[in-house]
Amino acid sequence: MSVCRIRHPPTARAVPVNLLEVQNLKVHFPAHQRLFGRVKEFVRAVDGVSLSIAPGETVGLVGESGCGKTTLGRAVVKLIQPTAGRIVFEGEDIAGMNGAALRARRRRFQMIFQDPFGSLNPRLTVAGTIGEALDIHQLAPDASARRQRIDTLLKDVGLDPSHAQRYPHEFSGGQRQRIGIARALAVEPKLIVCDEPVSALDVSVQAQIINLLQDLQREHGIAYLFVAHDLAVVEHISRRILVMYLGRIVEAGDAKAVCRFPKHPYTHALLSAVPVVDPNSKRQRILLSGDVPSPIHPPPGCPFHPRCPVAEARCRTEVPALREIGPGRWAACHLAK
Amino acid sequence: MPLLEIKNLQLQFGSGPNAARAVDGVSLSLDAGKTLALVGESGSGKSVTALSIARLVPSPPAHYAGGEILLEGRDVLRMSARELRRIRGGVVSYVFQEPGVSLNPVFRIGAQIKESLKLHRPEVATDAEVLRLLKVVGIPAPESRLRSYPHEMSGGMQQRVMIAVALASQPKLLVADEPTTALDVTIQAQIIELLRDLRTQLGMAILLITHNLGIVGDLADDLAVMYAGQIVERGRSREVLQRPLHPYTQALIRSVPELGADVERLTTIPGSVPLPGAFPTGCRFHPRCPMVQPQCSVQAPELALQAGRQVRCPFAESATLQPPALSL
Repeated sequence: MSVCRIRHPPTARAVPVNLLEVQNLKVHFPAHQRLFGRVKEFVRAVDGVSLSIAPGETVGLVGESGCGKTTLGRAVVKLIQPTAGRIVFEGEDIAGMNGAALRARRRRFQMIFQDPFGSLNPRLTVAGTIGEALDIHQLAPDASARRQRIDTLLKDVGLDPSHAQRYPHEFSGGQRQRIGIARALAVEPKLIVCDEPVSALDVSVQAQIINLLQDLQREHGIAYLFVAHDLAVVEHISRRILVMYLGRIVEAGDAKAVCRFPKHPYTHALLSAVPVVDPNSKRQRILLSGDVPSPIHPPPGCPFHPRCPVAEARCRTEVPALREIGPGRWAACHLAK
Repeated sequence: MPLLEIKNLQLQFGSGPNAARAVDGVSLSLDAGKTLALVGESGSGKSVTALSIARLVPSPPAHYAGGEILLEGRDVLRMSARELRRIRGGVVSYVFQEPGVSLNPVFRIGAQIKESLKLHRPEVATDAEVLRLLKVVGIPAPESRLRSYPHEMSGGMQQRVMIAVALASQPKLLVADEPTTALDVTIQAQIIELLRDLRTQLGMAILLITHNLGIVGDLADDLAVMYAGQIVERGRSREVLQRPLHPYTQALIRSVPELGADVERLTTIPGSVPLPGAFPTGCRFHPRCPMVQPQCSVQAPELALQAGRQVRCPFAESATLQPPALSL
């Protein structure tokens, strides 16, 4: 139902342009590098991921630690240089872009980090942190405009503008996360990659930040790529969900549909492991045995088969492709229907 | 006689007017073989309460201003250093949040488990016993793991090793302080399952410290909710989770997003957790409470018996009748 802005004349492109379109993105890190030797092995942190985000949309990205979700999030905003693939942002491929060209584009996409303690400079006041973003992109013509903009931003994220001259250590974790959000908002981005923005926060503060992110989205039409391991949080905030395992997308689709009727056995297991507060819930829990395998030597066939409760013979040899099994619903499993 | 009984524990950091009372009048009891969950957000005093059971909070700076911690009937706060060494591990063992930090990085895991055996059960300090313990905590191919270093294992496996170290001394009480917070949900489910099995097999009591209400229902018989150094609600965990009485417990349960729940907006608790030393007057929750009354800011409520459980709020019963619309 969302109204997409068409940026190109309809003759050039009939379909509405996605804000972000990632095609076959790969990020490989060298492993066991010898001083002069050639690199023989690679950690395939992200191994051929494609995704798209429409303007104003929230896409959730879930998976266990080590699945590559953070690397993917960082590669999308070019904090990590991808090994291969295309990152088309507002119609331009930014995958190979760098220097001044990339810096100019950075205004359009920002990032919020997990650790509200580590992601703020302890020696800069709040005004300094937010003002830095304004200065880099030359968004404040003079000192009074700069001050006004900082005040507005602080109000937008629910902080008191009179606290602008305070340092990060004077704030609680939730307030610090709000400062991080204000810093990202300062340059009026169209896309914010949120990397586990609430997992370091107290339960009572988590909900405040999630509501804030949703309010800001409604007001400013920002799209989010929301990276998290908490499925309940991701289901709540996202319109679509991508489930990642060992560097690949194994399931994708509408958030509610994925959480209610998971098609991939991994999604199923992830969902069943989410703890429930209600002691009367009669949910069947699927216990996955073992850990996520090493991304240096992924298992042959389906990467999930060693932990899969329904694996068959062909799962051990044939790699399942991510295929559309219903409208807007994708799964990488031989058995998914 | 309960295995553990904490009576009116008072623990403060610093002294004089600036003293921060991190634990203020906490009373708990735990019977052998049972599980008690102590739930609270950061700064609620749950971890220092748990650490106090084996006097693991360094004092100074901590100062026990009053109360008793009776472990098997004997007051830990009055024990000599020698006695403390005996109960640490011997009666009560700990499993902490970060297994990677708790294990010694320069010793093989077999040696670390054996160290605990040498201290508490020297007669069985053998590889065979270490292997048996590794099997108990569900480590696959334990023979090949004996000579591994902690960094060669995943977080979930490290936590299993930590549990094996804790079990080696055959404690009567296992204190699990956020044992799954650093782990993925799938691994969290494995560790919870393991703790549950161990409790049945070994008849050990578990004190579970957590901020995650979801794992409480799975594991605990009783539940105590802490806020700002005090217990605000205490009762059977099923009953508390199903029908929370204290406004804080209610708000805490409602602010957890549930899978499959169709809510537009999450309910929130405005403000943030107060720090020890800066607790509000009167009821410590009143600045954030959705059903605050004029007297709440003046009069500190006592923990009182209501509907078969202890609640620190005089309006708790009426509060449940009108579920408030919390919103920020």
